[in-house]
Amino acid sequence: MKFKEKLKQLPNSWYFLIIIISTYLVISIFKPEAYLASLNFFNQIILKVIPIFILVFVLMTFSNYFITPKFVIKHLKDKGIKKWFFVIIGGILSSGPIYMWYPLLADLKHKGLSYGLIACFLYNRAIKIPLLPLAIIYFSWQYILILTLVMIFISVIQGILINKIMDVK
Amino acid sequence: MAFPMIIGTVLLISLISALIPKSFYTSVFSQNSFFDSFIGSLIGSISAGNPITSYIFGGEMLGQGIGLIAVTAFLVAWVTVGIIQLPAESAILGKKFAILRNITAFILSIIVAIVTVLILGVFL
Repeated sequence: MKFKEKLKQLPNSWYFLIIIISTYLVISIFKPEAYLASLNFFNQIILKVIPIFILVFVLMTFSNYFITPKFVIKHLKDKGIKKWFFVIIGGILSSGPIYMWYPLLADLKHKGLSYGLIACFLYNRAIKIPLLPLAIIYFSWQYILILTLVMIFISVIQGILINKIMDVK
Repeated sequence: MAFPMIIGTVLLISLISALIPKSFYTSVFSQNSFFDSFIGSLIGSISAGNPITSYIFGGEMLGQGIGLIAVTAFLVAWVTVGIIQLPAESAILGKKFAILRNITAFILSIIVAIVTVLILGVFL
């Protein structure tokens, strides 16, 4: 019973890993050459990303500690173009799961934050500073720099578009 | 939460790489920038998880010969379109806003991909 209860409490991500490992076990019996090739490929990727993961972990710990929802919300209260600027910065610096931010954003909506600014904030959450080292390893710093700048620009376009469609003056 | 997902994804990518020949990927992606970015965005939109997973997956897609526009669209859609979070987003921020935000994010992921690769081509 206890084992069953513990199994029920496992997050879905662990089930995913268990299914993949089971698939590997099946393949090791029926297609051993594919199994060995997969493990070899897995080793290559893991060795490449482990040092970066350590750096990412350290950066994420710092950003989770210093950039709290309270800190971001404090700066979202600015007016005019400055507001767009802080929404972009707030989105980039915000951490934690996205759904954690929905209630706070809904509250800010009631306090006057437009839908466009909320969309801009959510779009900029896609830019993760702690993850940049890993992204640069995979895609080069020039590519990541251009992609980041284009995404920031597009986030404002999306915000303006949403304001227009949602009929915000 | 992220650890088993990342390890599982790397194991899955390794398995797919060993089982599916490169020719399959080149047949799905046509080398037409718009079509490829659409397919990339579509895959990115229905995928979910930590962005680290998308970098690893995107990097391996490039290794399989898939174009940078498609991979960029995939990466951008992965982090900007949230099909999985759509019910929560609709309930808290409003259905119209959530649908509109996700549709525009999907279309813009294609535009971001094309613009990024064009600019990259000019400077490099």
